[in-house]
Amino acid sequence: MTEPKPAEKPEPDDTAPVTPAPETAPERPAEEPADQERRPGFGSLFLRYVTTANTVMVTLYSFLLAMVIGAVLIIVSDPAVRGTFTYFFSRPTDALSASWTAVSDAYAGLFAGAIVNFTTLAEFQAGEATIGRLLSPISETLTYAAPLILAGLAVGLAFQAGLFNIGAQGQVIMGTVGAALIGFGLHLPAYLHLPLALLGGAIAGGLFGAIPGVLKAWSGAHEVITSIMLNYVALSALGWIITNEFVKDPDPNKQYAISKPADESSLLPRLAGMLGIDAPGLRANLGIIVAIAAAALVAWLLAKSTLGFRMRAVGLNAHASRTAGMSVPNTYITSMGGAGALAGLAGATLVLGISPHALTHGVAGEVGFDGITVALLGRAKPWGVVAAGLLFGALRAGANTMQSTLPLDMVTLLQALIVIFIAAPALVKAMLHLKVPAGGLATTTAKGW
Amino acid sequence: MSRRVRTALTSLVALGAVTLTACGEAPDESGSDGGDFQACMITDTGGVDDRSFNQSVWQGLNDAAESNGDIEPSYLTSASEADYEPNLSQAVSKGCEVVVAVGGVMTDATRAAAEANPDVFFVMVDGLIDLPNVYSVQFDTAQPAFLAGYLAAGTSETGKVATFGGMKIPPVTIFMDGFAEGVAHYNREKDADVQVLGWNPETQEGSFADSFTDQSAGRSLTQNFLSQDADVILPVAGNAALGAPSAAEGTEGAKVIWVDFDGCEAAEQYCALFLTSVMKNIPPVVADTVTEAQAGENRTGSFIGTLENDGVGLAPYHELESEVPAGLADEVSALREQIIDGTITVDSPASP
Repeated sequence: MTEPKPAEKPEPDDTAPVTPAPETAPERPAEEPADQERRPGFGSLFLRYVTTANTVMVTLYSFLLAMVIGAVLIIVSDPAVRGTFTYFFSRPTDALSASWTAVSDAYAGLFAGAIVNFTTLAEFQAGEATIGRLLSPISETLTYAAPLILAGLAVGLAFQAGLFNIGAQGQVIMGTVGAALIGFGLHLPAYLHLPLALLGGAIAGGLFGAIPGVLKAWSGAHEVITSIMLNYVALSALGWIITNEFVKDPDPNKQYAISKPADESSLLPRLAGMLGIDAPGLRANLGIIVAIAAAALVAWLLAKSTLGFRMRAVGLNAHASRTAGMSVPNTYITSMGGAGALAGLAGATLVLGISPHALTHGVAGEVGFDGITVALLGRAKPWGVVAAGLLFGALRAGANTMQSTLPLDMVTLLQALIVIFIAAPALVKAMLHLKVPAGGLATTTAKGW
Repeated sequence: MSRRVRTALTSLVALGAVTLTACGEAPDESGSDGGDFQACMITDTGGVDDRSFNQSVWQGLNDAAESNGDIEPSYLTSASEADYEPNLSQAVSKGCEVVVAVGGVMTDATRAAAEANPDVFFVMVDGLIDLPNVYSVQFDTAQPAFLAGYLAAGTSETGKVATFGGMKIPPVTIFMDGFAEGVAHYNREKDADVQVLGWNPETQEGSFADSFTDQSAGRSLTQNFLSQDADVILPVAGNAALGAPSAAEGTEGAKVIWVDFDGCEAAEQYCALFLTSVMKNIPPVVADTVTEAQAGENRTGSFIGTLENDGVGLAPYHELESEVPAGLADEVSALREQIIDGTITVDSPASP
């Protein structure tokens, strides 16, 4: 849970600015008194903002620090670059240029694979490249981002109610099952089939997600433990379901474990087709719109609705909420059920949006676990989660194109580093000698640890 | 010692270390590159060093590159199944002449990529795609599993052998079918009564670890079989199968038959326990296909690895050679010939 509001931004008050705790800035004590005498200008306000460990700057610095450490690892892990360091003193330019090339190639590749490749852009303007090739990086980013955003919302919503939903992975798996069963089990026109399949995923995930909520409400069992364990239950259940007679693809050429594919009418239509762009290779589908709509719904729920108010109140202080007459157990159940439904929706976008549109053992990938990191990076706020999901989607898309020069694990590592720094703002503050903001350091964690 | 002095000293030592290691001679500038015929492999989620399918396909590509310098192998890793499509299209767009897709789950994505790019040659390992620009590679492992069953029955001293699978899916049960048939054949030939625990080919029911990674599940299944007096075990369960030799280690006379690859290479530490291995010979077929493609001859249709074309087979007996009676080894070789010439047919509902 985030701290109640005040930590967000340092307010540029008319009164004298609050002097930060002196122990953090020993190297520039002389500047502070001068500031206090007159109203600070934009420059000094900006300087103070960027040198304070507030939420925005910690997030930004976490990303930059992760990139720096990533750069060091890129240099160290490349045998060719490492080789140039063995003769550093006889020709240092080799080592420096090789390092620079390795790092800049990697990060440029990441950008080119995730947003836009400038070489392709130039070719496109010259009429040599198709629109499909130009848009493919951004299309990949959106494809990967959609389930990540939904899974991130699932974890974030639970955070808001003070619950740590580690069970997102299991709920995503159940969502894939619900969506797939409706996808190949029913044969309906598209305008009915697709919404029903999405709903099926959400309901399956929601029911499965509600279990830890019920257990916590009725017996006090900690949701972290129960939801972790339910991940295993979901995975084993998936294995059993796939090999089931009704589900298994009867095609004799498909000897491996795979379910029947979902009907065409239940699949998420591709954005390129909807926008009239002739590029069959672009995978980005309606899933990203579903994800953003879900984020808007969650934002509205938390900010405007009674239910959302109750969730946040319970998240901030369950005892006070109970005294105020709210039903804490019911809030646990609805929060976890809602979180599960969001994760289930993530599962539905995986099955209905990504080939082979069927259940396999790996259908959910690591989406549920990545959702935890997305929610942490997005500070459990709906629009923050959207931004974080887009960033992680971009990293995944970029990683695919970067892998000819760098191992795929590098991106997992970058993600992990970012989250470590976000989760430990004191570390970022100490490394960069930042000041403590007015409300103290903000971390995103659940209550009850 | 003040903090500053300490920091300075540490830095000095570190600098010294760096200086010493960085004093080598600068090499002459030189650039030598591999060939220009790009053979690209798309791994499934196991990764290129999975000691299984992916690794042997990669081995095959490297073998091809070694014998023909014009071939330049590379691979793209799939971290999740969602990566199959982008990896396939990336392989095509970076100009790969041959794209080798690994793993049945990739079949649909590969078919789509092959349809969209009729000029690119695809090799589908462990899946079947009926397109002119795709060569499908599959393996009929029931045949060597039959030989392994016969061998196990002949070697068993307790009259009981056992098998278990990772999951009840055809690529797994095909081994168990062949194994049980081989034992049944031994019983008919020798009028013996060797029992198979863990699999019933008629009902298609048996013992499964429900995992390809959980070694403790493989271990407890194996211990269960050993306590029922079985002494030859065939685990068909990926990494979970490692539980079998680890459980057999403590039991006198217990032996294990490995699958997919030569156990003495895949799990060297247990070589003394491996009677033999039921192998898929992936590298040669991949290497040959790529080498021919480089010469301009794209194979079409499909390859089904059998005993006849050496696509599948039994591994050497290695350290347990002395345990296999000379007569039995000859009988197994004769059986192999009989399967090849069609006198004996091995049927499994799971055969490709």
